Amino acid sequence: MGAGHGGGLSAAYVPGDSPVHRLAPHTKLVAVLAFALVVVATPVGAGWAAVAYAGFLLLLLTVAAVARVRPGRLLRGLVVEVPFVLFAVLLPFVSRGPRTDVLGLSLSESGLAAGGSILAKATLSVLAATLLAATTDARALLRGLERLRLPTVLVQILSFMIRYTDVVGGELRRMRVARESRGFRGRHLGALKVLGPAAGSLFIRSYERGERVHLAMLSRGYTGRLPGGPVAVVGGRAWATALSLPLAAVAVLAAGSLLG
Amino acid sequence: MHVPDGFLDATTSTGTAVVAAAGVALALRGARRELDERTAPMAGLTAAFVFAVQMMNFPVAFGTSGHLMGGALTAILVGPWTAVLCLTVVLMVQALVFADGGLTALGTNVTLIGLVAIAVGYGVFRALRAVLPATRTGLLTSAGVGAFLSVPAAALVFVLLFGLGGVADVALGSVGIAMVGVHLLIGLGEAVITVAVLGAVLRVRPDLVRGARHLRRASALAPRPSLAGATAVDVR
Repeated sequence: MGAGHGGGLSAAYVPGDSPVHRLAPHTKLVAVLAFALVVVATPVGAGWAAVAYAGFLLLLLTVAAVARVRPGRLLRGLVVEVPFVLFAVLLPFVSRGPRTDVLGLSLSESGLAAGGSILAKATLSVLAATLLAATTDARALLRGLERLRLPTVLVQILSFMIRYTDVVGGELRRMRVARESRGFRGRHLGALKVLGPAAGSLFIRSYERGERVHLAMLSRGYTGRLPGGPVAVVGGRAWATALSLPLAAVAVLAAGSLLG
Repeated sequence: MHVPDGFLDATTSTGTAVVAAAGVALALRGARRELDERTAPMAGLTAAFVFAVQMMNFPVAFGTSGHLMGGALTAILVGPWTAVLCLTVVLMVQALVFADGGLTALGTNVTLIGLVAIAVGYGVFRALRAVLPATRTGLLTSAGVGAFLSVPAAALVFVLLFGLGGVADVALGSVGIAMVGVHLLIGLGEAVITVAVLGAVLRVRPDLVRGARHLRRASALAPRPSLAGATAVDVR
């Protein structure tokens, strides 16, 4: 049960006009996914792994500086991994293998390496995804997924979800304001008698809204496909710019395995 | 509880991605049977509902609160195939926009929270529904048990995946017992919330609960038609 996503979908995007913002969304998606793959592929036990992680972090901070995304925004993105930090901290205690003494505690060496690498890898890819979300708004991400040949129906479902999340979330907020202005305090199990029906009526309202939206679409000539705009051609130079991040990460990895 | 990047090695992540893609492809065909050409708007709005309700904090016990994961509830409300699509879309948005759940772990998360939780939750629900009496209590009991079991089942599959492609050498047995134990508690919360929400919908619009179709009796009044009823089109 991760942290909540307060502020709706638009809160993640930081408007701007940097070179990173201007890149075509599907090139950015491919770049971030490739970067995450390189980070995950870094061997756990290697002695140079820590240096590689530092190199990856340096790459991400460079992109953040070019995109003018503030460090505070990046740090806030890290909140989502809090539950897994606990798991990683436990690993040195529960892992098998030779043990070592740290501050009087008997810890497993392999567990320490695994816990540390899980933390480093998760942090690096959360930072990369936060950069993606900060420089690409939800609509652009959707266009990017469409260019990457995600099934049309899935793209349409995503587009409806993104379009209506703020509406449905707004209804939820208004219901909460109404409840609390009547003196409701949901701190014990009895509150379920109030919150259950609230969530239930939220479902009914969402479902009925879906029916109305569908009728409106039919009356405007919907046949199962949404019309798309012209597709801009993305040249090799734009791809090269976007892919410079994962390629640099591969270079770090290669340098580590050759020199280390 | 979404799996971040780095927990499982690249091979296992690729394997679960293939499983997830196959499951979603099946769900795309199945949802067309459940919703025909209404798939996109209906599943989209239901996904927005799942996303919003996950932001709602319910009191569970001892002053702690939890939120719904919603696999079993969504499957009973709108049908399992549509539910798989809804949960997949919610997980994609969470990974892409909020960095919650890793990008390389998206396949793992869809497999666990989308496929396993829904298959177990809805499967148990259907099995119990067939056995228990066709009443409101019977239905809610089946839903509660299904929701309860769906959470530890997903946790168990995660432990198995961690054993296959995890990056740490841990005693799988003890980790498995711990993970399943914790998730039995979480599952209890999931069951309580699922029953509360489902009971509320059953009371107001029983016709909207797909898993409760067998409860509908012939009534003197014609049921509200699903599409033709609305004349004024109110869209936002």
